[in-house]
Amino acid sequence: MARAVTTQHKTIATVAAWIVALLIFFPILYTIITSFKSEQEAIQGFNLIPSGTFESYAEVQAQSGYFKFFLNSVLLSVGSTILALLVAIPAAWSMAFSPTKRTKDILMWMLSTKMMPAVAVLFPIYLIFRNLGLLDSRIGLMVMLMLINLPIVVWMLYTYFREIPGEILEAARMDGASLWNEIIYVLTPMAVPGIASTMLLNIILAWNEAFWTIRLTTTDAAPLTAFISSFSSPQGLFWAKLSAASTLAIAPILIMGWFSQKQLVRGLTFGAVK
Amino acid sequence: MATQQTRSLARFMMAPSVVLLLVWMVVPLALTLWFSFQQYNPLNPMRDGFVGLSNYALFYSNPAFLQSILNTLVLVVSVLLITVIGGILLALLIDQPMWGQGIVRILVISPFFVMPPVAALVWKNMIMHPQYGVFADIARFFGAQPIDWFGQHPMTAIIIIVAWQWLPFATLILLTSLQSLDGEQKEAAEMDGAGFISRFIYLTLPHMSRAITVVILIQTIFLLSVYAEILVTTNGGPGYASTNLPFLVYQKALLEFKIGQASAGGVIAVILANIVAFFAMRAVGKNLDK
Repeated sequence: MARAVTTQHKTIATVAAWIVALLIFFPILYTIITSFKSEQEAIQGFNLIPSGTFESYAEVQAQSGYFKFFLNSVLLSVGSTILALLVAIPAAWSMAFSPTKRTKDILMWMLSTKMMPAVAVLFPIYLIFRNLGLLDSRIGLMVMLMLINLPIVVWMLYTYFREIPGEILEAARMDGASLWNEIIYVLTPMAVPGIASTMLLNIILAWNEAFWTIRLTTTDAAPLTAFISSFSSPQGLFWAKLSAASTLAIAPILIMGWFSQKQLVRGLTFGAVK
Repeated sequence: MATQQTRSLARFMMAPSVVLLLVWMVVPLALTLWFSFQQYNPLNPMRDGFVGLSNYALFYSNPAFLQSILNTLVLVVSVLLITVIGGILLALLIDQPMWGQGIVRILVISPFFVMPPVAALVWKNMIMHPQYGVFADIARFFGAQPIDWFGQHPMTAIIIIVAWQWLPFATLILLTSLQSLDGEQKEAAEMDGAGFISRFIYLTLPHMSRAITVVILIQTIFLLSVYAEILVTTNGGPGYASTNLPFLVYQKALLEFKIGQASAGGVIAVILANIVAFFAMRAVGKNLDK
């Protein structure tokens, strides 16, 4: 028996939910709108209809070289995610398919490394990076982002791999498939969706990481988080340009995020809520 | 099934992850602990040496220390209260039948994907700016005096920004949990004449308890280390009014070069995080067994 839903109930719920949703989304919406205003328009009080100029976007690129930072963000988030996957896939595979008594403890321990406050190791890391000449280098930061996201990557992959039925692997083994063939032809096709979801979530997390990316870079390796933080200085206070820079910084990840709502829940709750 | 060979293979496959994380955890932490007992100033290397617990004493006697601990706790607790209660209400609302539910979900979840510096800058300049912000426009519209948020109420302002970032996360997780509630159970309760309130207290809330626990624990981990939002908006000020523990440690280490004191602060931050982690691990561990 389906629950009878009155049109009135549905209308009230719709109106209420849309009002709340638009209020929550408003700061983002207003930023996008302001990015299409001229600087004068932007400070002339509340106004939802911009003149539609693209001059702020052009100026952000011309003055600060936005695309260099954008490129760094892409390289760092994708690079660190691929590194993390390379390290994590074998680990998650072995934990899911040949678990031992200690598997759970190892998983919990990995998770516990995530709880170490970054700031507590800021200076040692800074020293190590300086002595290795890794300050402001993409490789150094890539390794850093890989390390802080590795526990989540292992966990997510583990929860996905665990859902692959082990009997299929045994059947393949019976048929004489070598380990290599087993991985390439049996496991990989079934694991691809899980790996893709893990990748998506971790690109988002790495893109938005705003402690190490700000502290360990100056110019060469600086991604968008560092670029945007530089706007907090007084000479950067131009509303329309600030809005254009912000819009550019969040747009790609916002769109990716919309497609990854389910993976987000799963990844960030370590499989506890699906 | 597991033969000796597969077992050693499994160990071999796990080794890179385990070794990397072990090094990543042990080396910097050991260094921090070591520095916390040292006098060390990169600008003045003549006065280096072992100083026992005096860094802890200095850090502790610094009036900013207690303030920063207090600010850290106020930030964590306030944001948790706002996001959990707000998240439950929002999840209940979005779970209702409506037109355009998918778009509502997308709008509500969006702030979570905004990187912290952007969130902080947008709120600082577009919304809360005492002259050009939307709040100031609204205040002037009603003939009131615009509020200087970051000058007069810096903690409140930061709490609002951080809560805005995390409310979507809480809502999304709680909504996911809500939608897995058995429809038949709900109908049965309704037929038994249970009203909305009693259905919520006796059926919905217990069902969501696990999700609520997870939301609280995960947010606490991230909220204990809020950094960019403070850096971009108030820089910890005015005075130390909006300095939390991570921000104080950053100031000591990279602005004042008081490495010993900063490391002592770092060790305290680790202890604080471990107390939280202890409870977090137990809860997540329990969920694993199910």
